Amino acid sequence: MVKREVIFRCPEDMQMKAVAMLIQKASSFRSNIWLQSGERRANGKSLLGVMSLGIQDQAELEVTAEGPDEDDALETVVAYLESSELS
Amino acid sequence: MASVSLKNIVDEFKLEELTSFGNTEDILISVADVTRPGLQLSGSYEHFGADRIQLLGNMEMAYLEMQTAEARMQKLDQLMGRGIPCLIISRHHEPFPEMVECSNRYSVPLLRSPEVTSVFMSSLIKYLNVELAPETTLHGVLVEIYGEGMLMLGESGVGKSETAMEIVKRGHRLIADDLVEVRRVSDTTLLGRAPEIIRHLIEIRGLGILDVKELFGVSAVKQQESIDFVINLELWDERKTYERMGINEESTEILGIRVPSITIPVRPGRNLAIIVEVAAINFRQKRMGYNAAQALTDRLFGKSK
Repeated sequence: MVKREVIFRCPEDMQMKAVAMLIQKASSFRSNIWLQSGERRANGKSLLGVMSLGIQDQAELEVTAEGPDEDDALETVVAYLESSELS
Repeated sequence: MASVSLKNIVDEFKLEELTSFGNTEDILISVADVTRPGLQLSGSYEHFGADRIQLLGNMEMAYLEMQTAEARMQKLDQLMGRGIPCLIISRHHEPFPEMVECSNRYSVPLLRSPEVTSVFMSSLIKYLNVELAPETTLHGVLVEIYGEGMLMLGESGVGKSETAMEIVKRGHRLIADDLVEVRRVSDTTLLGRAPEIIRHLIEIRGLGILDVKELFGVSAVKQQESIDFVINLELWDERKTYERMGINEESTEILGIRVPSITIPVRPGRNLAIIVEVAAINFRQKRMGYNAAQALTDRLFGKSK
């Protein structure tokens, strides 16, 4: 199991799309991926789950990956969350 | 530590704010006990929990009525000066002027309910128990089938949401899809509900996000439900053996409570919705005292004697 903390960066009006993209990236891995924001934890492959975290720009997130390709998965998800490809 | 703001309590019970200091949102209650401060008013503060909501009913009001104005003032000052979160008067009693004065002195909100004290107290404690219960979030789907709360757990992509959709179409109710907030409200009861932001939504791959309440109406959804049974969905594993008789009792632990459960292997072509529905009926039947597997065993071995 590997984990890392990141700051989510994304402009207000792109959040829905950003989350959808994130789910797609997470779903391409076999590992289980979890996002934690405060007390709440959601499965990184679940759209409604991640949306229910209500994450906003500059939110602090902890990403956890566990499984056969966990390092790759963590790297990709963290890179995406930090890069703000959309902005 | 879990807490609930006084504002939520005021809204939930439609309490009348006799005095207000605009601070109900900042006053947090973190204990589910409610005190009727009869002993305290008569001067005993042994074991007094100042963090509890204080509730005055007929008895306390009658006692205060008997006192002189100065004694009343002194008693109320003692009680309200201890940093209590609020003072609630039930049965729509008129507050004494000393109460209002002490309330203003210590910025302790004075609230009023029209309800009978004992009824109000038990519903308040029940509400606090739910709000303050230990909580966790689970990745799964919660549906209600014939009155049983069935929680489906399993990895992403195993088909939980699709199964839930079909269960709803068969006339049952959806409580939460994807993320279930579970609270342990007593030593035997778990309550599940959806986070407000995604309440009654469901995501089906290929279709996107659907609002079950808008699509199928209020009879297709429910706000919260107890978790009576857990169904673990997993991809069919050739090397694993699955339950054939249904005579072993399996259980899954959530927040320290063991919930009866079954593991259902998923394979294309298996109609999961029907299996889950039948599991609910079967569970009810077992609870009512009939176990088909046991009955078969009795028939086989009981008859041979």
